[in-house]
Amino acid sequence: MIKISNIRKSFDDKEVLFGIDGVFKPGRTNLIIGTSGTGKSVLLKCMVGLVEPDEGVVLYDDRNFTEASRNVRRDIRREIGMLFQGAALFDSKNVEKNVMFPLDMLTNMPKDEKLDRVNFVLQRVGLENVNKKMPSELSGGMKKRVGIARAIVNNSKYLYCDEPNSGLDPKTAILIDHLIKEITYEFEITTIVVTHDMNSVMEIGDYIMYLYQGKKLWEGSNDEILDARVKELQDFVYANKLMQAVKDRRDEG
Amino acid sequence: MGLMFIKREKFSTYVKLVIDECVLIGIDSLVIVTIISTFIGAVTCIQTAYNLVSPLIPDYIISLIVRDMTLLELAPTITALVFAGKVGSNIAGELGTMRITEQVDALEVMGINSASFLALPKILGSLITYPMLVIIAGFLSILGGYVAGTVTQVITPEEYIYGIRADFIEYNVTFALIKSFVFAFLIASISCYKGYYTEGGALEVGKASTVAVTNSCIAVLAADYLLAQLLL
Repeated sequence: MIKISNIRKSFDDKEVLFGIDGVFKPGRTNLIIGTSGTGKSVLLKCMVGLVEPDEGVVLYDDRNFTEASRNVRRDIRREIGMLFQGAALFDSKNVEKNVMFPLDMLTNMPKDEKLDRVNFVLQRVGLENVNKKMPSELSGGMKKRVGIARAIVNNSKYLYCDEPNSGLDPKTAILIDHLIKEITYEFEITTIVVTHDMNSVMEIGDYIMYLYQGKKLWEGSNDEILDARVKELQDFVYANKLMQAVKDRRDEG
Repeated sequence: MGLMFIKREKFSTYVKLVIDECVLIGIDSLVIVTIISTFIGAVTCIQTAYNLVSPLIPDYIISLIVRDMTLLELAPTITALVFAGKVGSNIAGELGTMRITEQVDALEVMGINSASFLALPKILGSLITYPMLVIIAGFLSILGGYVAGTVTQVITPEEYIYGIRADFIEYNVTFALIKSFVFAFLIASISCYKGYYTEGGALEVGKASTVAVTNSCIAVLAADYLLAQLLL
């Protein structure tokens, strides 16, 4: 479980996060949603320590990450897997080496065992016979899958996904969403997905935190979001015509 | 700089990375260093002969000048400028691209000290291979002078060999190697710094590469002057 309390962050004089609290439980997909520039990615970076919050605490299963020593931080980070927006695969390594990288760096596994594990996770994300391909030879969706495989190969307890659907066609986006959800349930991971894609919200949002201009305005599940009585959230949810049509149908009964 | 030495990874990890960097930095620079040093030696020989018109000056002075210029300046310094252009821009571009495509962040999230993992092998690889390149450049420059001088008949082979042996000061070789270590460190560390701290997009990666090369060249020339003042 990941718990955050009173996370504040400002850049120069501009305050970006205004004291965010939240609890992200394992075995469910936790979503942080909001419009662009609302502080979602900054919050995520504060949680993994890529950006230091000005105030507030991040707890990983009651271990204080924010105030931890370098050693403790490193130990916690080794339990974290992260899928970046552009997948962030290492250009100079092929798929197999990319996925094996955390095992090479963080474990003393024998090579055969590492290879078995790599093949298992690649199979799990639906990629086979791509071990020797370079990242430049993969499509956007395949890169995201390799990114997920690399994030979970080390039996990560916590999985972060920063806009996993960006740049993908709707069909592939849904596949990636389902993959994240399945992996979360299967391995009982604490998964946090940052997104502004309403399809993802409706598909996989077990717990949703809505951010607006650096503040948490609403939290709930995808069953509750359509009926939320927060104007800013309604504007966000029903911004596209498809969702507007859903709303009209619901209003008509 | 200090970041590189805090909480590094396993020693064996670095051994493999350093070997990889030695291949990338050193062996891949061999062709350009070979071409440039051979021609510089040849041109130095021809131009020295062209300027030494007095019949009172023996011909072997030509190869003596080629030798001393090569050891004191051409091999370590000109090669350093070439090295900065090729390897410096490569390092800054690679690290800059890794930074803007979040590959550096990916390393950090895994709990890996990215500064140490990325920069230290490049600096060590440069420190190991650059002095070797300088030795090769020195040899080829003198050889280039020999070939050019004898083919154009500005100097006989015997005089050339006599000249490169005459009044030889062994310390000049030591001085060239000291310079090579200093230059290698400057080029690799400046380029790593500029690449690692790139912010923005593709445009900034290009700028980081350019700045890395420019700053490395200036640092090399400044260090060249300082070392000459201090050690000669």
